[in-house]
Parts: sequence; structure tokens; C-alpha cells
Amino acid sequence: MTRRLRLALLVPSLLGLGALFAWSITGLPRFGDYRGPYGYVLNQIVVPLRHSTNVVMGTTFDVRGVDTMGEEFILYAAVLGVTLLLRDEAGGGRVERRTRRLRSDAVRLVGVVLIGGGLLVGLWLVAFGYITPGGGFPGGVVLAGAILVLYLIGSHRDYRPFRNEHVLDPLEGIGAGGYVVTGLAALVSGMPFLTNLFGYGQTGTLASAGSIGILNGAAGIAVTVALLLLFAEFLQTYVVPLEPEDAAS
Amino acid sequence: MTLIATLAPLQGVVFALVALGAPVVVLTRDPLRQALANGIYGVSLVCLFVVLEAPDPALSMLVVSGIAYPLVILAAVARVRGERRRTKETRDD
Amino acid sequence: MSYLPYAVAAWLCLVGLFGVATSRNLIHLAICLTVTQSSSYVLLLAVGYVKHGRAPIFKGIKLGTPAVDPVVQALTLTDVVVSVVVVALILALALDAHRLSGTVDPDEIADISG
Repeated sequence: MTRRLRLALLVPSLLGLGALFAWSITGLPRFGDYRGPYGYVLNQIVVPLRHSTNVVMGTTFDVRGVDTMGEEFILYAAVLGVTLLLRDEAGGGRVERRTRRLRSDAVRLVGVVLIGGGLLVGLWLVAFGYITPGGGFPGGVVLAGAILVLYLIGSHRDYRPFRNEHVLDPLEGIGAGGYVVTGLAALVSGMPFLTNLFGYGQTGTLASAGSIGILNGAAGIAVTVALLLLFAEFLQTYVVPLEPEDAAS
Repeated sequence: MTLIATLAPLQGVVFALVALGAPVVVLTRDPLRQALANGIYGVSLVCLFVVLEAPDPALSMLVVSGIAYPLVILAAVARVRGERRRTKETRDD
Repeated sequence: MSYLPYAVAAWLCLVGLFGVATSRNLIHLAICLTVTQSSSYVLLLAVGYVKHGRAPIFKGIKLGTPAVDPVVQALTLTDVVVSVVVVALILALALDAHRLSGTVDPDEIADISG
């Protein structure tokens, strides 16, 4: 298909789609005039019932906990796909060795501060997820980013422990599996899957919200490790110099 | 409460910002520059989420557009360029 | 202001699709796809917005204060993070295509396979 033909097909179809959008938009309730019952109901019941002051997290890990499990498995499957596509890139070209060392002390200092601050912020986001905004999903990204700064400021060898399959792969399993096990624990005790069966604790403290906290932590681990695995696979060519015996084979 | 009363015009401005940012990202054809444009567009989305009273998605978007997207895109660009350079070198040999 | 937010969401979707269809670089294509995806976030949050509502986090504010819909926020929150990994998968496919055909231009890849 030529470029011009494609554009000739594209523009009218986009215009048509735009017209359909316009038609459907005029049927929606006006902006700010929210009609759905669920938002009002959840804002009333989640805090008294689940003792989680962050209703969004209460919704994510309790009310629609099964959906979030699905999302976590999308994460898992996608990382698996990336690994399958990129890890087995045999061939002679991979020996490229980057031994560029970072010489600037200022950059290294900023990096160290970033690692410390990033780890602190990430852990705080994960830990207080069900009280204030945050939670395992954004917290996991911050944690992964902070650990990655270690690669950026150090020489590539420092990153190697983190891309070690013996550490990261089991952790990813714990993240995804912990979620399912928490759900199964409810099933074993005779309640529906993912029922929040632990004590709810005192509202507004870390010891609150029952299994929301556990699921939140599991999601945090899963996201952190998923991103680290991802970066490891993408940066592999540049990060890991092959051992002589590997290169020879 | 005065803060909330002044929110509507701010929302309008941020919606306009997002609407203008998207074509810039799409029309930047070089992936490296596009990664930068995408980061700025991500920040405008963060502002939008904040004025729509959604702090959780805003935090998510902030860390994703600030850390995760650039790293993944830059790694992919670097890898494509590295492979290109390598094939050129082998051809020269 | 009444229908403008939805129009912005539709606009983002169309712009992203235009970028995907006219892209000449698979990495560029993946980023355009994220623009299309961002339209869904804008639509979701716009639909769930309640005029004069607060964020649905009842730490420091009284229960029963009007707040925006937490369901759409929960959907957006997880989707934002998961989208990165999905984009990474697309980029990995692009790298694989580049390894096999030596190009990231979708048209040239089609020429080679056909």
C-alpha cells in the first residue's frame, strides 16, 4: 500500500470516527454531573467497612481485587514476553563491552542522594498506600527507579546482582503468587476468593485495612521486580559483558 | 472552599495544554526527541489528574512518565543504534 | 466546559491513531500508542468527576464530604503502571523485528517479508 493511498483511507475514517465520538459525547451526562451510583456508595462505605482512608486503594485491592489480580498477571505475562524475546539473543555481537566509568564525583553524590531519597519515598508510598495517596503500583515504580540509579552512577558491574535471575525471578513469583495466596487463604477458610478476612484494625494507622495491606505489598514487590527485570533485559547488551567462556561458545 | 471554586478555569487551561501536547508528541518523528516530548506531555497529564482531584493516578503517571517510559524508550533506541553500528562495523570488516 | 473534557479525550484518541497509521519507525509507533491510551485515562477521570468534589481520600476530611468517583481512579491507577510493561513488550517486538530485518520502518519490514 502506498503512503498516499494509506493517507487517503486514513483521513476519512478518522473523520468518521470523530463524528461517531461527537455523537456519543453529546449523549453523556455533562462534565461534573456524575450519575453513577458506585462512586457515591463506595465513598460512603469503604472507610467504615474496611478502615482504609484511601478509598481508591480500598477499591483497587478489595472491591475490585480480582480485576487487580488480572492486571498483575498482565504485568507478569508482559515481562515474560519481553524476557523470551530479548534474553535469548544468542549471536556473536553481544560481546560489546562498555567500560566507561563515571568520573564526576558530583554526579555520583547526586546519585547517592537520589538512591536514598528514592528508596525512602518508594517505601513510604507502598507502606502508606491505603491511608494517603500512593500504593504498591506507583511505589513500585519509584523503588525500581531508585535501584536503577545504582546502575547509572556505578560501573555496570554494580547492576549485576540485581539482574541475577536467582534473586529477581523468585521475587517476581512472590509478588504475583502472594496475591493469589491471599485470595486462596479466604477460600480455604470457607469464604469467597479474596475476601478481606483479617482484622480491620484502627482507621488511619498502618495496622488497618486487613488484607488490603498485604495485597498492596504484594503488588509493590511485583511492580518493582517486573520493572527491574524489564530494564535488565533491555540494558543487557550494554550492562553485562559476557564471560570469556560464554563468548567462546 | 475558595480553592475549589477557582478550579474550573484551571481545569480548562490544563485540558487545553493536554490537547496541544498530544499532536506535538505524535508529530515529533525522531524517537529520541519524542521521548522528551512524551515526558512533557506526561507532566501535563499529571497536572490534569491533579485538577480532576485524582492524586493516586497523578502519582502513578508522574513516576511512570518521569522514570519508566524514558528508560524503556531510551534503552530501545540505544539498542537499535548499537545494532546498526555493529552491522556497519562488520560490513566494513 | 460541559462537553469539552470528553472532546479532549476523543481528540487524543484520534491524534494517537493518526500517529500510529503514519509512523515510519516502530519505536515512534509505540509512543503514539501511549497517546491513544492516555485518552482512556482522560475519559475515565472526566466521567467520574463530581463538581466541587474532593479527592476520595478521607484522611483529614470528614466522611460524607462530596468526593469524586474512586472506581475510575482505581482503573486508571493500575492501568498507567501496567501500560509501561505493555509498551516495553511492543518495543521488544520492535527490537526483534529490527534484529531480523535490520530496519524499524514498518513499510520496509513489509517489503522484506512480502
